[in-house]
Amino acid sequence: MVDISGLRFAWPGGPQILNIPAFSLQAGERIFLRGPSGSGKSTLLGLIGGVLRPPAGAVRILGADPGAMSGGRRDAFRAGHLGVVFQMFNLLPYLSVVENVLLPCQFSERRARAADARGGRRSEAERLLGRLGIGGDLLARPPGALSVGQQQRVALARALIGAPELLLADEPTSALDEDTKSAFLRLFLEECEATGSSLIFVSHDRTLAGNFHRTVDLDDINRAAA
Amino acid sequence: MSGAGPIPRLAFRSVANRQLTALLTILAISLSMALFLGVQKVKEGAEASFEQTVSGVDLIVGARGGDVNLILYSVFHIGSPTANVTWQTYQEIDGLPEIAWTIPLALGDSHKGFRVVGTTDAFFEHYEYGRGQTVRFAGGGAFGDLFDVVIGADVARELGYEIGDQIVLSHGIGAVSFSQHDNLPFRIAGILDRTGTPVDRTLMVSLQAIEAIHVGWQSGAPTQMARAVTPDRVRALDLQPTQVTAFYVGMSSRTALLRYQRAINTYREEPLTAVIPAIALRQMWDVIGVVEKTLSGVSLFVVFVGLLTILTSILTSLNERRREMSVLRAIGARPWHIFALLVSEAALLALAGGLLSLVILYGGLALGGPAIESAMGVRLMGVRPGLLDAAAILAAVACAALLAILPAWRAYRNSLADGLTVRL
Repeated sequence: MVDISGLRFAWPGGPQILNIPAFSLQAGERIFLRGPSGSGKSTLLGLIGGVLRPPAGAVRILGADPGAMSGGRRDAFRAGHLGVVFQMFNLLPYLSVVENVLLPCQFSERRARAADARGGRRSEAERLLGRLGIGGDLLARPPGALSVGQQQRVALARALIGAPELLLADEPTSALDEDTKSAFLRLFLEECEATGSSLIFVSHDRTLAGNFHRTVDLDDINRAAA
Repeated sequence: MSGAGPIPRLAFRSVANRQLTALLTILAISLSMALFLGVQKVKEGAEASFEQTVSGVDLIVGARGGDVNLILYSVFHIGSPTANVTWQTYQEIDGLPEIAWTIPLALGDSHKGFRVVGTTDAFFEHYEYGRGQTVRFAGGGAFGDLFDVVIGADVARELGYEIGDQIVLSHGIGAVSFSQHDNLPFRIAGILDRTGTPVDRTLMVSLQAIEAIHVGWQSGAPTQMARAVTPDRVRALDLQPTQVTAFYVGMSSRTALLRYQRAINTYREEPLTAVIPAIALRQMWDVIGVVEKTLSGVSLFVVFVGLLTILTSILTSLNERRREMSVLRAIGARPWHIFALLVSEAALLALAGGLLSLVILYGGLALGGPAIESAMGVRLMGVRPGLLDAAAILAAVACAALLAILPAWRAYRNSLADGLTVRL
């Protein structure tokens, strides 16, 4: 699913923050990627997501190398195969809840077709939201009218629509309180299981690690941090 | 789906979501564009009104002098002639073949600041303005009696005159005159419809009446004899005019126009000047037009300021929208989608502002047009949305899109540098 070899990265003018000789993720595997703030977790997600281009080494995803693709192909690849959930502010404030969930279908033909195959993209969006406990008149509301926990669930539904092969989650629970956090994580993992997606779940919160197939400490695979 | 697909819709929703900012921006653009288009409309109206003040007249003839001066005193009643034309010369030219009609004009008297013009019934028959309109009577008729006067629409309105009222003419053209022709009162016989030309501010009497009120006057001052004149005594006199100030000429054949103009300019018996009003008015407008060009320029700057408000509103929103841009990127939007989103938003604001400006302008003209028309004599009622408006709106949209390249470029660069998370 994900194969990293000889990856190095530095922000312009900064020191090297990533130097990963080897790292891989199996299809359907859900891993917990742990590391302190500033250790380069988000940068690694950017590289895996194909938003950043690695200056050295390769990040292969599903057997392809987005880093070697043209900008447009890389963006299309990300739109088609990856779902992303951020820490907060995941949603466009000017679209309704259900429109936010449908957004990936507008940028990716592949995910639009996948959602349509499950009974129409709108009903698929509503089904996903329903399973995450969001329905009724919330669907047509702007995201600003929802609680932070509800917003994160909408973001999850958006990442899941069209069943992308790989989900990237960047501290998706750190804005939530303890009760909502565990409920959200449970839903997240259930839906991952249901769509069969692989997951890289980034967090600094060790208490969550037990729910995953494997825990990876970024400092263990990253030689730049040493 | 890597095309522009979702971008126009996203741009629309994004603008619609920021209601207050968008509304104020649209308002600023629409007001500035309504001002610009309004200036253009008034300019067109004023130019048309000006150049068509004497549309049916082929030549204006007066004593030898400048073209502009002749036009000013014979058409606009501004300034004074240097000399008059003798009645004999007028008669000779009037009798030439290919001259269809003439309208004689005798100037030099006034009534409460309005000019008095001595003329004949030919004026009401042949004088044309605008697109070939002749003057029409709102009430009454032409001269039936020696002491009948026909007044223009503004004279009637501002002085509150009605048919049958008695008035006294003054000697000279000042607003306050100390020499009144008060021994010979006139009766208002007709009131003309509004024309939007200087005729509206004119009183017309017959040439004989001009002779009559000057019986006994010598070198501009009344003699003892003038004081003794009464209407009854004057009617008994021979009132054959001896001179006119100028006259309008209508040709039966336009091909002879230039030949006749030259013949009159080189007339042996008397030094004369003949001008073709269509050409002279055009030249005069080119001079007056500087004002209009300045106004156009100023209003164009106002439009530019209006467009700058778009740039300002987008630039200031850029930082708070950085999150939104990375979300779009994460979902699969390409950097140029981000670029296109911001440019589309600017274009959308300009388009909405442009359309609203038409509503403001034509709504304003429908409501205030008649008032402007009667106050300024500029014809505006025929003005309809046209090609100019469409072109102006398109230009504004293009300018807004062009200006938006600056913030769009910054957002584009940010979206490339930020990766999946905003680094602030």
